[in-house]
Amino acid sequence: MSQDKFKGRPKMPQRPVRERIRDFDEVPTGLEEWAAVEEARRCLQCKRPLCMRGCPVEIDIPAFIALIAEGKFDQAVQKMKEKNSLPAICGRVCPQEEQCERECVLGKKGEPIAVGYIERFIADYERDRGVRTPSRSSPNGKKIAVIGAGPAGLTCAGDLAKMGYGVTLFEAFHAPGGVLVYGIPEFRLPKSIVFGEVDYVRSLGVELELSTVIGRSVTVDDLAEEGFGAFFIGTGAGLPYFMELPGENMNGIYSANEFLTRSNLMKGYRFPEYDTPIKIGRRVAVIGGGNVAMDSARTAVRLGADEVCLVYRRTKNEMPARVEEVERAEEEGINCIILTNPVRFLGNQNGWVTGIECIEMELGEPDESGRRRPVPIEGSEYVIPIDTVVVAIGQGPNPLLLETMPDLTLNRRGYIETDPETGATSRRGMFAGGDIVTGAATGISAMGAGKQAARSIDRFFQDPDTFPQWR
Amino acid sequence: MAQILVKEVLTPQIKLMVVEAPRVAKKAKPGQFVVIRFHEQGERIPLTIADYDPDAGTVTIIFQEVGKSTLHLGEMEEGDEILDFVGPLGREIEERQFGHVVCVGGGVGIAPIYPKARALSMLGNRVTSIIGARTADLIFWEREMRSVSDELHVTTDDGTYGEKGFVTQVLERVVKEEQVDLVVAVGPLIMMKMVSLLTKKFSIPTLVSLNPIMVDGTGMCGCCRGTVNKECKFTCVDGPVFDGHQVDYDELMARQRTYLDEEQRAMEIWRMKKVEEEPTRVTR
Repeated sequence: MSQDKFKGRPKMPQRPVRERIRDFDEVPTGLEEWAAVEEARRCLQCKRPLCMRGCPVEIDIPAFIALIAEGKFDQAVQKMKEKNSLPAICGRVCPQEEQCERECVLGKKGEPIAVGYIERFIADYERDRGVRTPSRSSPNGKKIAVIGAGPAGLTCAGDLAKMGYGVTLFEAFHAPGGVLVYGIPEFRLPKSIVFGEVDYVRSLGVELELSTVIGRSVTVDDLAEEGFGAFFIGTGAGLPYFMELPGENMNGIYSANEFLTRSNLMKGYRFPEYDTPIKIGRRVAVIGGGNVAMDSARTAVRLGADEVCLVYRRTKNEMPARVEEVERAEEEGINCIILTNPVRFLGNQNGWVTGIECIEMELGEPDESGRRRPVPIEGSEYVIPIDTVVVAIGQGPNPLLLETMPDLTLNRRGYIETDPETGATSRRGMFAGGDIVTGAATGISAMGAGKQAARSIDRFFQDPDTFPQWR
Repeated sequence: MAQILVKEVLTPQIKLMVVEAPRVAKKAKPGQFVVIRFHEQGERIPLTIADYDPDAGTVTIIFQEVGKSTLHLGEMEEGDEILDFVGPLGREIEERQFGHVVCVGGGVGIAPIYPKARALSMLGNRVTSIIGARTADLIFWEREMRSVSDELHVTTDDGTYGEKGFVTQVLERVVKEEQVDLVVAVGPLIMMKMVSLLTKKFSIPTLVSLNPIMVDGTGMCGCCRGTVNKECKFTCVDGPVFDGHQVDYDELMARQRTYLDEEQRAMEIWRMKKVEEEPTRVTR
């Protein structure tokens, strides 16, 4: 019996390739109830569970899995929601293989528990039956401004509202969700799920102010005057990096942010029903090897490109994207051109891109990131003919808000410096978390930071005199 | 949501709207813009702030009906609500004493040149303004421009109003006759290019305000990028006002044409829809 526990991890059911590349509907369809229960029964219920150590939001994983194994789904939901307000999202886009599942004891000898799949199952179970509003503390009359309605901001706002704080969540875009909405495509994370989770956060009493750019429409100082006693900045990494190569401003070359925003947030894939157009050529190249690159390439396939390739300067082993996402991209016909780096973009007389001149690379000594540094092979230049290019090489900190707060300490890369223990910034009463602190990372680590900041803000209000000053 | 309080038809294709947007009005400065979206399937379009009144909490926008979105916007009436009215975005123009400033506004660019001319005039600059358009029907705000200028010239390409010809020919005359310390030009890219070529010859500092295609307007997407002084700049956060002598206009003109096919298609669908909505006009 116990030997069986090392095997039997279920496969995530997913829609067949030929069907799914014709639309933007979700690809994985989720575990059936029996499969989720069976997988939950495989859990060893460790006395000292290692999986929890891998969870940025400290979910009591064995406890909620035990409840599912017993068929007590409603209680399992409650257990989950004690720590995680956004399980339907986490169950879909968390890199569990690097977190809870990597720590799972079963994984040492066999296959770890599919924590992510079970999490998604229980979140979907709840959604199908209508989300219940949890109890919350009575209002304490204190106002907090949360800037940015992405994963960090939503978590922080939700947790503070539960404690009784009056929270206003400000968002620059016309829709809440941040990168979950503008960045991650519908086929990986349906927007109805994100908006469902946002509704839950609003049901906790959080006020949402959309289309409000803090730093422009209103400053933090204005908000302080309006009576906001503490702030959380969760504005994300919203500054696209370009390669700074000749020809990069030609028509047909998008940043991944623009390409994905046009498609996801603005619904460009439904033009002309929606007004925002998106241009897709016959041959598309996506430059990069992360999740954003995979999302862009798979979006290009669905927009009708004949050929889509990924151009990546290292090998598949070094790709920062989740293995699962690389697999799905390849299943969908995306060609990975590895050990290759663009040198310049070529175009026609009307200013449209027609090709990328690339150089072949080989792996040299490891660099500071621990990955082997790609080195160009002299004389190996060649041209890939292309109609559309998506540059997905990463993002930096958007300076728009930060510029209006010269008293805020930033690191040399422009991210906000915070106390790792509390999330406090150098400005008293101001906290920060998520990609604007760490650089582009995962939704779940942003949620963890939002959670930590909510706790700290509560402590700050309880006893401001003893709250430690950061720097 | 921002309510349209006043709507004026300035010319058959150019419309003015005074919109209730207290937060934007309180912070607006000459040179800044808003990004608006006015229905659920709508795109986000940038529009220059033509005027603002912080006390009344209103912002004035002026737009020319050139595509589906602007035609649609032009059909909105007083009392209607604009779904999203985001701003003020971009950097303001530097307001100081330069001396003699020539403000050039071409076409719908007359709208954004107005608050700049007014601000510069109020700071004690001597302001000569040159406004121009293709034809008489497209000239608007002549009285407003006159009220903030020491001298005003009007041109039309076809000579149906004012002086026949381009704004650049008046500008050339002015810079040859008088000392000019700064030129500020807003209008079509080709006009700003010609103005900048001219003023470069006379070594007169020149500011232009760009109006490229945008999505978010907050520096997140890079759609509005262009080359300024050999560097990649985002108009929405680094601009929209740039040193006219450093801008790569040809690149911007190409980028402006990115969605020409899609724009035409959207327009055709819009027009067909309009025909269907008025069944009396359809003859079968």
